[in-house]
Amino acid sequence: MNNPILRTENLKAFYVLDMAGKQKVAKAVNEVDLEIRENEVYGIAGESGCGKTTLLKAIFGAFDPPLRLIDGHIFYYINDLGVDVTTLNANEKRKLRMTYISYVPQGSMSVLNPVIKVKGTYQDFIGSHVRGNTRKEAFELARQHIIELGLPRNILDTYPHQLSGGMRQRVTIALAALLGPRIMIADEPTTALDVVVQRGVVQLLMSIQQKLKNTIILVTHDMGVHANIADRIAIMYAGKIVEEATTTKIFGSPAHPYTRFLIDSLPRFGDKTQRGSVPGNPPSLTDLPSGCPFHPRCPHTFEPCKEQMPDYTQLDADHKVACWLVA
Amino acid sequence: MDKLLEVEQLTKVFSLGSILSKVKITATDSVTFYIKPAEIFALAGESGCGKTTAAKMILGFETPTSGVITHSGKKEAIKGKAWITGGIQAIFQDPFATFNPLRVVDRYFFENVRNFKLARGKAAAIELIDRKLRLVGLSYEEFAGKYPSEFSGGQLQRISIARALLTDPKLLIADEPVSMVDASLRMSIVNLFKKLRDEVGVSVLYITHDLATAYYISDRIAVMFRGNIVEMGTVEQVLMNPQHPYTQLLRESIPEADPARRWSSTVTLSELEHEEYLRRGCKFAGRCPNVMDICKTVIPEDIIVEDTLVKCHLYSGGYKGQ
Amino acid sequence: MKILRDLFKDYRFCFSFAVLVIILIMAFLSRFSPHDPTLWNVVPKDLKPSVKYPLGTDSNGQDIFWQATYAVRNSLIIALIAGTVSRVIAILVGMVAGYKGGTTDRVLMFISDSLLVIPLFLIMVMLAMMVRKFLNLVVLGLLLSAFGWAWDARVIRSVILSLRERDFTKTAILTGTGTVKLVLNEYMPFAMPLIFSTLINNISWAIGLEITLAFLGLVNLTIPTLGTMLNWAITYQAMFLGRWWWVLTPVFISVFLFIALYWLSVSISEYLDPRTRIQRVGAE
Repeated sequence: MNNPILRTENLKAFYVLDMAGKQKVAKAVNEVDLEIRENEVYGIAGESGCGKTTLLKAIFGAFDPPLRLIDGHIFYYINDLGVDVTTLNANEKRKLRMTYISYVPQGSMSVLNPVIKVKGTYQDFIGSHVRGNTRKEAFELARQHIIELGLPRNILDTYPHQLSGGMRQRVTIALAALLGPRIMIADEPTTALDVVVQRGVVQLLMSIQQKLKNTIILVTHDMGVHANIADRIAIMYAGKIVEEATTTKIFGSPAHPYTRFLIDSLPRFGDKTQRGSVPGNPPSLTDLPSGCPFHPRCPHTFEPCKEQMPDYTQLDADHKVACWLVA
Repeated sequence: MDKLLEVEQLTKVFSLGSILSKVKITATDSVTFYIKPAEIFALAGESGCGKTTAAKMILGFETPTSGVITHSGKKEAIKGKAWITGGIQAIFQDPFATFNPLRVVDRYFFENVRNFKLARGKAAAIELIDRKLRLVGLSYEEFAGKYPSEFSGGQLQRISIARALLTDPKLLIADEPVSMVDASLRMSIVNLFKKLRDEVGVSVLYITHDLATAYYISDRIAVMFRGNIVEMGTVEQVLMNPQHPYTQLLRESIPEADPARRWSSTVTLSELEHEEYLRRGCKFAGRCPNVMDICKTVIPEDIIVEDTLVKCHLYSGGYKGQ
Repeated sequence: MKILRDLFKDYRFCFSFAVLVIILIMAFLSRFSPHDPTLWNVVPKDLKPSVKYPLGTDSNGQDIFWQATYAVRNSLIIALIAGTVSRVIAILVGMVAGYKGGTTDRVLMFISDSLLVIPLFLIMVMLAMMVRKFLNLVVLGLLLSAFGWAWDARVIRSVILSLRERDFTKTAILTGTGTVKLVLNEYMPFAMPLIFSTLINNISWAIGLEITLAFLGLVNLTIPTLGTMLNWAITYQAMFLGRWWWVLTPVFISVFLFIALYWLSVSISEYLDPRTRIQRVGAE
């Protein structure tokens, strides 16, 4: 088992919204304990609105209002020393970004400045993280980097609007990997892309991971993508991690009823038998059900489910579940 | 065999650019297919392959540059208003964009009922709306008086389908209906289309880039690439035994939800897309693993191989050339 | 009403509301004026403000307070006519041009653009001099409205252009809605904040332009308006002669009116903005 590179402890991050005079609290990240290791691809799966994006923002340290850190700690293990991100100020966080940890946001099409060529954006990033004479060298390395990753040679000289969505996505990912960060976070990198382009994006992430031997945290609701690239997967529901295991275990022997629904609802080739999807509707984060948040939709609810949120049961060395059925 | 919809040599050319430098892009090129009653026909391909443009022309939102569209035997006499008889309706990709965020959703239903004279009086209208909502798994009580933002994406898409069903159309054009819905909720909507075909006899033109769901519900499928149909046939044939190299690529690229079956090789996406559109010969020549010299200069013909239409030089002369 | 309650939370709206209420009361009071504003020497001249004459009297022998009530009333009438008529023209032109597109759009925008580039002030001066005899409140209002619609027509047109491409337009078409109903029902909610704030801006503009024209003596100076009061005050050298009450009355009223109108337009259009409205919808 590899060493940990990132750890969250009892992390709570809520959105405090003020709409028309009323205050609403969306409990997007609700007591999350994660341990992510070096040299692995860690997938986070779940429906829209379950808090995955917020979890990423929290891990990245981006607590911009209305998102607020309510409780908990986030540790980065830089050179074997644990650094508590919640205690860092904005400047210290900025130094870590791009060099230690980088973030590819959802809809990263908008990361590229539309009025300058792609190389301009690259130069801006390099300029703000690498000082002095090494800038030019760094830019040459960037060019090399792009070619090594299999992107077209002339892509740095194009404007973003000349590129298709998938190409822009890959350019943004290459940019995030530029300075060799130890952790890369990708938020729904393949949503709204078609199948062939999606494959290209995912394979790009994989080749970056193999080259840099770093950690990639990948968030998507598409289980097929997780099956292809992730080493371990965490299933998130209503702000909580309900199951975490290696990819083979999640697909082979899912323990949580929600995970089972997720896996069963995926269509497979050669198989036209009727499949169902998860029943009911995703819960609203401002109005969570009591106890286990999945109980209104779960076909196996019984007594304790309404009362209390279940603790984690360790099914295996690397398989844990939060469900009363298993406890 | 009566054809609900027949499309022949449908072509749409867009000219982009200013007066000084015009570039012509053929978004849809000589597309020909037909749809039978009570069948689900999938039109699949990447973004920008021309499938949405074809749908817009069928609906009448775009005028074709050339080609003929025939609805149930009647050639497009009603200028650009295919929905006027109520026989065709459409569902769009983003459920939140389908409805005006500042208007209550039921307004659209009531207007639809009134404009097509589907019921007399408010009570009859509510009864009709309720019936259609129940078909999609919702009810009038939980729907009335609400704005689009008060529903989830999946619910809103089902409401969109219910609206389309108000006029009892024979054909539904569904433009990427599940691509913006979470993977876990897609089945419920896709199953709905199956139910509509089996129980109500509605045909669906299912436009998508998700071949997995296309396989799951369609009867026949046409695969499009940069404006041309490159392969067309029954879904079993085309997706389980793809002939055209592009279909083979698509089929391989679908991420299987099975960690034991990962992608074996890397895909190359080295050309910028608009360059592909401007190729003289077969548009796939830049990426095709089986490319021959002829592919770069001559557009392939439509060849029938075992009941499947394939547009590829590999099959010309009636044999599987290599 | 709930809307008013929400609006009162904004201090700008409170201020504007208060000022406008006072101004409207003043305008209303003009009905009770004991003096005919067009006559001279109805009261002793050049008296300082006192209990009997709250704002003093001017060199024409008019009570300034009652003059002011008439001035406010007339200025508002001109501005309201200018504002509403130009709104109607702007909406019609903007919506038709935006939705129809093509040649109709080009022709309408050509007319609109021409009105934008014509040096407004010179034309106004010319026209005002020509029709001076007929220049009563209504005519002045209509004249101002003829020049006030061009800019806003373009803005409304661009809103329509962007809305036309959205999916819900297609949904509305598929429900069988005709063009006119579609534009009114679907697009108006988006255009409303724009129309409302441009209405208020237009009113401000009209008042300002009227004051300018009156200041230059190009209108009928016997009809009291904010501008004509100022004109008379300057002509009689009120500032130099220390008769501050005569000059400052129209100045302060105008300044407060402009600030109030500006803050009114900003606070209401922020409230009505579709982006913040969408957030509020369903939040209760």
